[in-house]
Amino acid sequence: MPDLEELYREIILDHYRSPRNRGELESPPAHRVEGFNPLCGDEVVVTMVVEGDALSDIKIGGTGCSISQSSASLMSAAVKGRPLSEVRHLIATFKGMMSIHESALGDGDGDGASAPRANGLSPGPETVSGEPEPIDPAELGELAALQGVVKFPVRIKCATLSWNALAKGLGELEASAG
Amino acid sequence: MSPEPIDVETVRKDFPLLARTVHDRPIVYLDSAATSLTPHSVIAATERYYETTHANVHRGVYATAEEATRLYEGARTKVGRFIGAPHPGREIVFTKNTTESLNLLAHSWGRTNLGPGDVVVLTEMEHHANIVPWLMLAEERQIELRYLPVDGAGRLDLSDLDRMVDGAALVSVSAMSNVLGTINPLTTIAEAAHRAGALVIADGAQSVPHLQVDVAALGIDFLAFSAHKMLGPTGIGVLWGRAELLEEMPPFLGGGGMILDVRTDRYLAAEPPQRFEAGTPPIAEAVGLSAAVDYLSAVGMDRVRAHEIELTRYAFDALQARLGSRCKVFGPPGGEDRGGVLSLAVGEIHAHDLAQVLDQFGVCVRPGHHCAKPLMRKLGVAATARASFALYNDSSDVDVLIEGLLEAGRLFG
Repeated sequence: MPDLEELYREIILDHYRSPRNRGELESPPAHRVEGFNPLCGDEVVVTMVVEGDALSDIKIGGTGCSISQSSASLMSAAVKGRPLSEVRHLIATFKGMMSIHESALGDGDGDGASAPRANGLSPGPETVSGEPEPIDPAELGELAALQGVVKFPVRIKCATLSWNALAKGLGELEASAG
Repeated sequence: MSPEPIDVETVRKDFPLLARTVHDRPIVYLDSAATSLTPHSVIAATERYYETTHANVHRGVYATAEEATRLYEGARTKVGRFIGAPHPGREIVFTKNTTESLNLLAHSWGRTNLGPGDVVVLTEMEHHANIVPWLMLAEERQIELRYLPVDGAGRLDLSDLDRMVDGAALVSVSAMSNVLGTINPLTTIAEAAHRAGALVIADGAQSVPHLQVDVAALGIDFLAFSAHKMLGPTGIGVLWGRAELLEEMPPFLGGGGMILDVRTDRYLAAEPPQRFEAGTPPIAEAVGLSAAVDYLSAVGMDRVRAHEIELTRYAFDALQARLGSRCKVFGPPGGEDRGGVLSLAVGEIHAHDLAQVLDQFGVCVRPGHHCAKPLMRKLGVAATARASFALYNDSSDVDVLIEGLLEAGRLFG
């Protein structure tokens, strides 16, 4: 089942089975944000600490499918300890990858059978419209493993759940600081 | 004596969608609790109506308008007889779906009869459609909601029924759970409710399509259901209510068709059921629903039920044999008090992941909370993968389902 293997890559299954930065930081002082996917009932709790200009700590709580859980775990590993500017850039880059649609699908793999399922794909509310981020796989590192998700449109919301929560939290912190 | 078994191979030929493939595999449709597939006869009846008869109802005096009205009212009578309504012409209201039927009751009957402190009894296994309208009324009217509990086997715990309904004005319960498949003892509940002076609403969205329902025998006061779960089209639902109760209820939506007279400062509402059917109703959909009732009646609801009991038993046995304790099915074991709805969990695998793997096998199941979040919290799960049967499913569908579940087990094990 090549489609499934593309979705459920080994890195994803590894992060699903052994999630990194799992749990909840005490809030306060940590900032706490909840995210819900009303379609499947998945819930994510992101607790984060910003010190100076860096995201010094982050933990992920909640329940969800392999895609939402592994994406959250990969995210936490990628952003922990990083400067806020880099975190924001990574969020935009990741969400850019998740909003790739028709034109990018099918490239390279020559798998004609997968094309019809892409045709009905609507970008949905997750799309970062107007400002396409050039995607550099090297920059995404392990996160690039989640690229297969874009072939499964209904799962994009699973992959972006924790990222949206993180973005919301950073926005709230910025607003309260400003 | 058990009824003659359904010839599934023949039945399947009546459902054009079953001829298609998904990911190069034959489709295995196991999501009839969400919406059922549509037979040729329903599609043809709707098409024939648009091609030969389409006109607005209750208005024109020309031939097609009269024919359209006759078809629409004929559908009302047919649907009423199908559920044993004593007065089909006065007691069947066409709505948009089960949800709208329940909202109609909350708005019209609820706002007329319920005030602060009045009690409405629901159950822990209700669909959101039979919770949220009452929560909205509770916000507006400060009514009290009580929930009949669900026990460990997924059945209603009725040990405290008389105390729970004591002082209640209304009891609104699912006839069959869309998550657990549990068929609830409506007659027992209705008797207790009536002793306490409460009226009884049954949410029949899952029961009417799968078993013989007789509103008079059940002793209930209202019944809500949808056409699209009983082989009919989307966009039309049904509310049955006892005639004397509907007559006392004020309109829900206002507009054309629901009035006797309108002046600049007042209106006079029509008699039921027109009182509750403002605007152009779903005419073509009523024609389609009528054809769906014909289809189910021709097969026989006793045979539909017997087939689904047998298939559910097969599924329980096969799941146990092939997956053992790794697979959990929520709700009562296969038998007479449950329908063909199987909410599954396999190990710790999330329902979304299960459904994703099953999709690759052409298997359509529903992952998620099934619009019953209070029940899911009670069960202690965020989501289940739900496989649900109809008369066009057979054991080969269950076998492919299990093949997919085993693959998911390998992938995530």
